[in-house]
Amino acid sequence: MAKISLIVNGNPVTANVDPRTLLVQFLRENLHLTGTHVGCDTSQCGACVVHLDGKAVKSCTTLAVMADGHEVRTIEGLAADGAPLHPMQEAFREHHGLQCGFCTPGMIMTAIDIVHRKGHELDDHTIREELEGNLCRCTGYQNIVASIAAGAKAMAKSDLA
Amino acid sequence: MYEFKYHRPGTVRQAANLLVKNEDAKVIAGGHTLIPVMKQRLASPPHLVDLSHIEGLDTIEMKGRSLVIGATAKHADVATSAVVGEAIPALASLAGGIGDPAVRHKGTIGGSLANNDPTADYPAAVLALGATIVTNKRRLKAEEYFQGLFTTALEADEIITKVMFPLPKKAAYIKFRNQASRYALVGVFVARRPSDVRVAVTGAGSEGVFRVTAFEEALKKRFSSKVLDGIDVPAEGLNSDIHGSAEYRAHLIGVLTRRAVDAANAKE
Repeated sequence: MAKISLIVNGNPVTANVDPRTLLVQFLRENLHLTGTHVGCDTSQCGACVVHLDGKAVKSCTTLAVMADGHEVRTIEGLAADGAPLHPMQEAFREHHGLQCGFCTPGMIMTAIDIVHRKGHELDDHTIREELEGNLCRCTGYQNIVASIAAGAKAMAKSDLA
Repeated sequence: MYEFKYHRPGTVRQAANLLVKNEDAKVIAGGHTLIPVMKQRLASPPHLVDLSHIEGLDTIEMKGRSLVIGATAKHADVATSAVVGEAIPALASLAGGIGDPAVRHKGTIGGSLANNDPTADYPAAVLALGATIVTNKRRLKAEEYFQGLFTTALEADEIITKVMFPLPKKAAYIKFRNQASRYALVGVFVARRPSDVRVAVTGAGSEGVFRVTAFEEALKKRFSSKVLDGIDVPAEGLNSDIHGSAEYRAHLIGVLTRRAVDAANAKE
């Protein structure tokens, strides 16, 4: 077993884990943060995307021990319980950027990462290129792209990053 | 995934000692090759030595006439580095086309080169630019470093520390992606160097990355895609699978080399 200490959604967490525990397993099974999904489990689909030190990564291809001493943010960390949604979440709701919802947490974490890197004015081409690592099997992406463009603009006016 | 012991050394020397002490230990940095194969149980190292917390191993800088990239520099760092963009823009563009944004936040240049996947992008750049692989033990020229599929000159306790790229006059990398996996079905890196021209191909060769000397000789005389007319790449020794026949890949090498030469010339 290995002892790890990290910050998850602003809260310090310490745990003993088997070194082969994936970050996504640790989040879901130890911390019960089940918003982060396992889709393909082969780093292709992006359902497991979380932010590690502020950057989008695939938590199915990261060991929990590798996150020791680092900061993780999941979909649950975007807005407090009962508080208004994060502007990117709100944009997905408003623009119907989901159908079954399975890919949505990963889509939203990736979308916020895109905004951090590319700014608030995103054209469709940029968004589609940047979504290379996130698969949706329902929507055909049209409304996801519209949601991200709107969410990016809304984030400029929000306190939530 | 089978059980293993995890080590997090603070220096390259400590990491090398761990490799000497623990037989069959594997180095991990971004983990984007090793973790997937461990999940599939194709690899089951009893020890993992994590390089990702060694300070200074991801530095990107100019040293004299060479661009020096630390082994744990991530693809996203190389893609967005102003130093790389200024020195060898083709290399920045190559790094920005590996995998997807989340993969680029974790995957490292050292990991890509140590693994030497036959469809990886970096080997083409290293071979075409005539880069030097620096390890904790020695310096290896690109030509001696790559030794076939997933095979390199690295010894069991040898760790890549940095890669030194001499600056080319012009360069470009063009890849044709497999539509499903998005890996290079064929990728061609063309570099016009001060003394010669090099054309390196990834994705196509059954022995991994290789050079196309017939193209290189023609391009050395005149660096224009026109001089390639009439020179065919033999299909012999190229991969043939459900994604494309050897003949198709041979054809693509010609097409992509022309595009790469045109792209390199357009950058002036």
